[in-house]
Amino acid sequence: MIRRLLSSSYLGILLLMLYAPILIIIVFSFTEAKVLGNWTGFSFKLYTSIFRGGVHHSLTGALWNTLIIGLVAAFGSTILGTMAAIGIHNLQPRAQKAVKMVNTIPILNPDIITAISLFLLFISLGISQGYATVILAHITFCTPYVVLSVLPRLRRMNTNLYEAALDLGATPFLAVRKILLPELRPGMISGFILAFTLSIDDFVVTLFTIGNEGLETLSTYIYADARRGGLTPELRPLSAIIFVVVLILLLIINQRAAKRKL
Amino acid sequence: MQQKISSFIGRRRNWSIPYVLFLGFFVVVPMLLIAYYAFTNDEGNFTLANIRKFWVHPEAMNTFIYSVVVALITTVLCILIGYPAAYILSKMEARKARLLVILFILPMWVNFLIRTLATVALFDFLKLPLGEGALIFGMVYNFLPFMIYPIYNILQKTDQNLIEAAQDLGANPRQVFLKTVLPLSVPGIMSGVIMVFMPVISTFAIAELLTINNIKLFGTTLQENIYNGTWNYGAALSLLMLLMIGLTALLNRDGNSKAAEEGGLI
Repeated sequence: MIRRLLSSSYLGILLLMLYAPILIIIVFSFTEAKVLGNWTGFSFKLYTSIFRGGVHHSLTGALWNTLIIGLVAAFGSTILGTMAAIGIHNLQPRAQKAVKMVNTIPILNPDIITAISLFLLFISLGISQGYATVILAHITFCTPYVVLSVLPRLRRMNTNLYEAALDLGATPFLAVRKILLPELRPGMISGFILAFTLSIDDFVVTLFTIGNEGLETLSTYIYADARRGGLTPELRPLSAIIFVVVLILLLIINQRAAKRKL
Repeated sequence: MQQKISSFIGRRRNWSIPYVLFLGFFVVVPMLLIAYYAFTNDEGNFTLANIRKFWVHPEAMNTFIYSVVVALITTVLCILIGYPAAYILSKMEARKARLLVILFILPMWVNFLIRTLATVALFDFLKLPLGEGALIFGMVYNFLPFMIYPIYNILQKTDQNLIEAAQDLGANPRQVFLKTVLPLSVPGIMSGVIMVFMPVISTFAIAELLTINNIKLFGTTLQENIYNGTWNYGAALSLLMLLMIGLTALLNRDGNSKAAEEGGLI
């Protein structure tokens, strides 16, 4: 009994520590003070001013850029990664091992190394940096995770089903759509979600591949803000909203997964 | 012709070709470029000056050693704090544990720069000084979930029969833990170490924010060199990091892809 109490209070204290900074942001999103940590009375003003745009159109611009880059990169890497996983699964063991090894490089590399290497690539080719380079860079570090979340599904499925479909006269395209994709879908979905979150949370790779044409994502916007010594007050309610939305989504996903298991 | 194309597509191993080309262009070539820049000067002539500069120039060296120490402390703290948490979670009823694991991972969905700035606000609020202590706290705070998750994952998969066998053979709880549970969970700890140690060395921006620009880590040195246009020297420093990564990867050869798979956070 005492042991259980001790262990749950240990987890409780850890969670409290992890959430303390986030709670501060949420609490101070309900006040107008310019500086995080000053309380100047309760107000919804910051929440309404995010949606009004106007003065803060650069913040909403950065938010849109982040979401668009995240979605395109997640779609791109899900398609590329799923195809790759199907291919890798059917390669000879030797080639399979080699491709898998190269596939883990972007995962093992710290993001600053990925960032610098891609920066040097784009510079050497004389490509002007912008939307395209950021998206390509994001696909580079997201796809390995998609591959790794689709491969286990392939290993678990009965590959004879696919051959059977072909023998029964299905075109490869039809067999993929009707046999492979339904089996791989859960892996693809978690790969997509992972890619999207990696992309919207990325800062270092984005900073090195975004160029200096004024394109901003949330991360680079916040970085510029922090270097100027403050945080645009509207970022508090924005973070609070993102946090609550993700919390609810994850709880729903968890509920559904739990139900399916029962 | 069409027959040929469709049989080419029909062979499923050919489906890996686009990604293999992609990896070659966006992963292998860029890494070779790092090596190329590291061994050339501004005019593109071969030189060892960039490598030598690192040994002679104490600033980058000192930052590097300091970063390794910070990363070591952070990693050890993450294991010491994270292991008990992972252990407790693995002993819980599966459904409750999953919910709690999500709660541990969730803070990572708030942009890490905002989280760091909020940590600064927290320290101000509690009237604690910013500096080395804040730096270590911030690092542990940022990377703890990366340690808890893989350890939890492996503990939860541990074969209960082995534990029962140890008990039946007369091991006391402490022996069961030290001789059975802990050794079996080493791969989880290793994947945690991979996901904490190198990333801490190479973080940039976090250290500056938590120490009011007093301390910088190696990532900042890299970034400054690239930004100041000394690409060749920056590439040489990156090469050093790549060598370290290669070394850890070799030491942990087959653990790697497994670690990455188990480390996937969903």
